[in-house]
Amino acid sequence: MTTGLLLFLIPALVAVVSTALVVTRKNASRALVYLVVSLLAVAVIFFVLGAPFAAALEVVVYAGAIVVLFLFVVMMLNLGRSSVLRETRWLQPSMWIFPGILTFVLLLVMVNVFAGTGATASGRMVGPREVGEVMFGPYLLAVELAGFLLLAALVGAYHLGRRYLEERREDA
Amino acid sequence: MAVPVPIDYLLYLAATLFLIGLLGVLVRRNVIFLLMSLEVMMNAAGLAFIAAGAKWGQPDGQIMFMFILALAAAEVAVALGLVLQLSRRFDTLDVDAASEMNG
Repeated sequence: MTTGLLLFLIPALVAVVSTALVVTRKNASRALVYLVVSLLAVAVIFFVLGAPFAAALEVVVYAGAIVVLFLFVVMMLNLGRSSVLRETRWLQPSMWIFPGILTFVLLLVMVNVFAGTGATASGRMVGPREVGEVMFGPYLLAVELAGFLLLAALVGAYHLGRRYLEERREDA
Repeated sequence: MAVPVPIDYLLYLAATLFLIGLLGVLVRRNVIFLLMSLEVMMNAAGLAFIAAGAKWGQPDGQIMFMFILALAAAEVAVALGLVLQLSRRFDTLDVDAASEMNG
C-alpha cells in the first residue's frame, strides 16, 4: 500500500469513527464536537482529492456556520437549567481528549499533504478559479435559484424564531 | 507524485457515512440528533459529488457540492426555528411528542 492511499484511508477512518460517535452520543454538545471532527475529516479528504476550494467551504460553512447554529440552539434550550454545573462538566478533559486525538491525526495528514505527497483521484487539482468560471457561466441560473432559496430560508427562520421570542417574553 | 485514489473507495466511504446518518435518523428521537444525522447524510452526498468531480478532473462536482451546502444551510436555519417552536409548545425535544396528525 502506498503512502498516497494512506492519505485518503486515515481521514476516511477518522470520518467514519467520529460520525458513528455523533449518532450514538447522549449529550448534544458532545455529539456536536464529534460532528466538527467528522466534517474536518471530510474536508481533508476533499483537499487530498484536489478540491481545495470545497475543502475550505466545508470548514467555513459546515464546521463554522452550521454547527455554530446548532450550538446556539442547544445553548438556548439549556438556559436556566443549572447552566453553571453543566459548564463545569463540559470543561472536563474527558470531553476533549478523544476529539483532540482525532483532530491531531488529521493535522498530521494535512502536514503530509503539504509536504508534497498529494493524492488525487485524477491526479489534477481543480482550483477556485476554474470553479468560479464555470459556476458563474453555465450554472448562473442555479446560483440565482440558490440565492432565492437562502432568502426564503432567512424569512422563514426569522418568522419562526421571532414568534418564539415574543411568546417567551409574554410569559416572563 | 500524485497517487490516484480509486473512486470505488470514495463511493464506499460516502455510502458508509450516508448509512450512519440514515441509521441516526431511524434510531434517534431527539430532534437535534435527527437534524445532525440529516447533515451527515447531506455531507455524504456532497462527498460523492466531489469524488465524481475529481475522477474526471472537472469543476462541476465542486459546484454541486456548493449547492448542497446552500441547501443544508437553508434547511438547518428553518429546521432549528421549528425546534424552538417544538420546545416552546411541547416542552420537549422528542419528535414523537408532535404526532397529533397520527402520521
